[in-house]
Amino acid sequence: MAEPVLEVSGLRKVFGSQVAVDDVSFTVAAGGSLGVVGESGSGKTTTARIIVGLDHADAGTVRIDGRDRDHAGRKARGADAGRGPSVARSARSGRRAERLARARQVQMVFQDPFLSLDPRLPIGTALTEVLRLHHPDGDHPARVTELLDQVGLGTREATALPRGLSGGQRQRVAIAKALAVEPSVLVLDEAVAALDVSVQAQILNLLADLRAELGIAYVFITHDLGVVRCVTDEVVVMRRGAIVERGATDMVLADPSHSYTRLLLESVPGPGWDPQLITAARRALAEAEAELTPR
Amino acid sequence: MNTAQRSQTPQKSQTLHIRGLRVSLPGTARPVLDGVDLEVGAGQTVALVGESGSGKTLTSRAALGMLPAGATASGVVEVDGQDVLTMDARALRRLRTTTAAMIFQDPRAGINPVRRVGDFLTEALRTNGAADKRTARKRALALLDAVGLPERVLRQYPHELSGGMLQRVMIAASLMADPVLLLADEPTTALDVTTQAEIIALLRDLQSRFGTALLFVTHDLELAAVIADRVAVMYAGRIVETGPAEQVFADPKHPYTAALLAATPRLDAPAGRLAVIPGRVPDLRTEIAGCAFAGRCAHAVDACGQERPETAAVPDRSQATVACWRSSTLTLQGGASRG
Amino acid sequence: MSSLTLVRRRPGFRALRVSRPWLFYICAGFAAVIVLVAVLAPWLAPADPNASDLSAALTGPSCAHLLGADGSGRDTLSRLILGSRTALLGPAAVVVFSTTLGVAVGVAAGWRGGWLDSLLSRSSELMLAFPGLLLAILFVSLYGTGLVAPIAALSLAYTPYVSRLARGLTLAEKQRPYLAAYRVQGFSNWAICVRHLIPNIGPVILAQSTVNFGYALIDLAALSYLGLGVPPLTPDWGAMVNDGQSAMLQGQPLSAIAPCLAIVVTVVAFNVVGEHWADRVANREDARS
Repeated sequence: MAEPVLEVSGLRKVFGSQVAVDDVSFTVAAGGSLGVVGESGSGKTTTARIIVGLDHADAGTVRIDGRDRDHAGRKARGADAGRGPSVARSARSGRRAERLARARQVQMVFQDPFLSLDPRLPIGTALTEVLRLHHPDGDHPARVTELLDQVGLGTREATALPRGLSGGQRQRVAIAKALAVEPSVLVLDEAVAALDVSVQAQILNLLADLRAELGIAYVFITHDLGVVRCVTDEVVVMRRGAIVERGATDMVLADPSHSYTRLLLESVPGPGWDPQLITAARRALAEAEAELTPR
Repeated sequence: MNTAQRSQTPQKSQTLHIRGLRVSLPGTARPVLDGVDLEVGAGQTVALVGESGSGKTLTSRAALGMLPAGATASGVVEVDGQDVLTMDARALRRLRTTTAAMIFQDPRAGINPVRRVGDFLTEALRTNGAADKRTARKRALALLDAVGLPERVLRQYPHELSGGMLQRVMIAASLMADPVLLLADEPTTALDVTTQAEIIALLRDLQSRFGTALLFVTHDLELAAVIADRVAVMYAGRIVETGPAEQVFADPKHPYTAALLAATPRLDAPAGRLAVIPGRVPDLRTEIAGCAFAGRCAHAVDACGQERPETAAVPDRSQATVACWRSSTLTLQGGASRG
Repeated sequence: MSSLTLVRRRPGFRALRVSRPWLFYICAGFAAVIVLVAVLAPWLAPADPNASDLSAALTGPSCAHLLGADGSGRDTLSRLILGSRTALLGPAAVVVFSTTLGVAVGVAAGWRGGWLDSLLSRSSELMLAFPGLLLAILFVSLYGTGLVAPIAALSLAYTPYVSRLARGLTLAEKQRPYLAAYRVQGFSNWAICVRHLIPNIGPVILAQSTVNFGYALIDLAALSYLGLGVPPLTPDWGAMVNDGQSAMLQGQPLSAIAPCLAIVVTVVAFNVVGEHWADRVANREDARS
């Protein structure tokens, strides 16, 4: 196995009395693709937000390219709190460099393509803005054209506002924006869930092509096992904040060992789908868990 | 059209009967719905499948007389033998409170967050004078029991319930007036996949108990295939294929149905690249001369772009239609045999 | 929830929330005319607003004085025209200051959250509990008459209305993933707020500020009426109403009624324009989501 580009270990996050993420650890190989599967409340989205730095873990570490991410984040946060005119200029530029370096480690694509772009900015401007921040010396117009081409959009879309584009086109733009930073890891949080089936297939194929072309690693957060099968090498199944099963995607889907994974698989509509059976299995699982939990 | 097949059940009129429904919106080049024919018999489940913009939601809403502002409609929409399109406001209100009911995708959007569930359930029955408070409460209790919720839910507020529980409440509410027709617009899309199974099981159970006709609107062809008796596939305002669920799924007659099946990432298909439908759904500003799918269809010939295919019966298949010039000469891959 | 509901209105003005577009165009036109008159006032006024023509004192409309003259024989129309300058400049200053300060406070509180939010929100509530007019009277009594003290006081008094709105909008906008996307991309908080957040919530704030303009006009006129606003001799609508009281008792009410009408019509015009903007913004938001 190749050197891991992303190492998540012992992640824990508590909201009030609710343990959202409970001792979550996994690694992703360089250029690899990991699926994180779970239902609502499984903690998969919180895990994603911790990886990209939108949330901070109560315990555990996230390392990308061998660099400890959360540690650096905490330092930056400490400095942020004391923000004011007295803060030296050098500290500010140091923080800026740190922020940019963190952004180049990992980027994220969000679920809702209708809300993940600034509604006022034309697509080209939005891309140029990212390029100006991260690659100030580059040839921006040429790179914008290249990025749009990579995600299957033409220069006509560069002048359009988000509202002039379809959901699939917007999601392509969101992917282009993430790629503009040139990250090592891309976190996709239900990135195709809001799209129509025919558009979803286009985006999934695009993502597969980009991985082959750029060697970028994916963390694919999703509830859809069909999607997992389509774009990931490995998978972890999360339930109530904890990982209940992990392994190569083909193996887990063909021969699940945990009863919850089996329930998930059985719940996917297809030949032999029996809602009564699924309902019974779900109740049985909940009861078995209730017995295990100490009162 | 398909009168030969329809006359197989002449003794019973259809619960929902839509014929030649055409709906136009101001400022568009083509009608949103362009001659939709749809039948749902008593106790039957029909799934209306399509992508966003296909007109599936509009079709289901037309059954309740809910058309967008400024829309003009022609054709026939009958619910339980009553013509919906010619109804006045009062008759429409009665239709919506007693004859037909609708379940929406997001249960939270359809319920007043500051009212207790009990008030919500009994409101419609009490305000239209169909029942007094005691009777309405008794009915609410019976239905809560039927959807598998405890009595205490009556005194709870919507925010205290999970999405799945709330969707059960919405189902109970829709059945309060004992409707003959239930319209479900993506009722499980916002729910987890295991919860989806539970809601479907519940809908099936209730449907067989109360004999309600169900029109199930969904984008998920797989789900449609497992829950419905019959499937109708919509594209760009027209129904392109109808037929018995398993047959449409296993042996699609319209290239769009086949392409949709091939584009769905599935567990029983080989991993790797998905078959893609190129391009996108034509928007309402473009006029369509021939078949709406011709521009994206792998099997299209010149004729497809010029003349609109008529809806024709599928040979050797009961109550099945397809609107494609080439369907008789094509062999298309279905859901089960893809490999 | 539409952003429309967030814009604060005084109770009596709610009836003006109309969908009739012709009313909007009339009001927008009238507001534009008032602004034009204020800009061109010295050239438009037929007479020196402070010139006393005692022979014309307390007369009705005539060729020399189209709207008559007040008790001191000053031309009402000229005073009205020149008074539009203070009538608009005062509220404009209040709106500019309160909007700037309110947006800064509201966005900072909403974006940063935590103790800063508690601090800023509590102090805003404290300000809200204190009537703006009372604060203005306090300032005037401390710093003397003139426009500066009332404008400073009213700017402070109006800030919480803007900051509360800005905070609410910031909290709602913060939920939108495009702002999270900018954070992940390494943009600084400052850049995100100034370049993306504020422009996106701006239209709603602008609508509230336009509505505030009308209220500030009333408040400043009230202060002038009480003799606490503009220095004596400066033509001002509020002061004119006060001066006109004696004229009213002597049967020549025009010099008091004209400025009253000017105040009411201007306030209504700006309110209708503000409401219309608020409605338009709300509709656009609905279409967007």
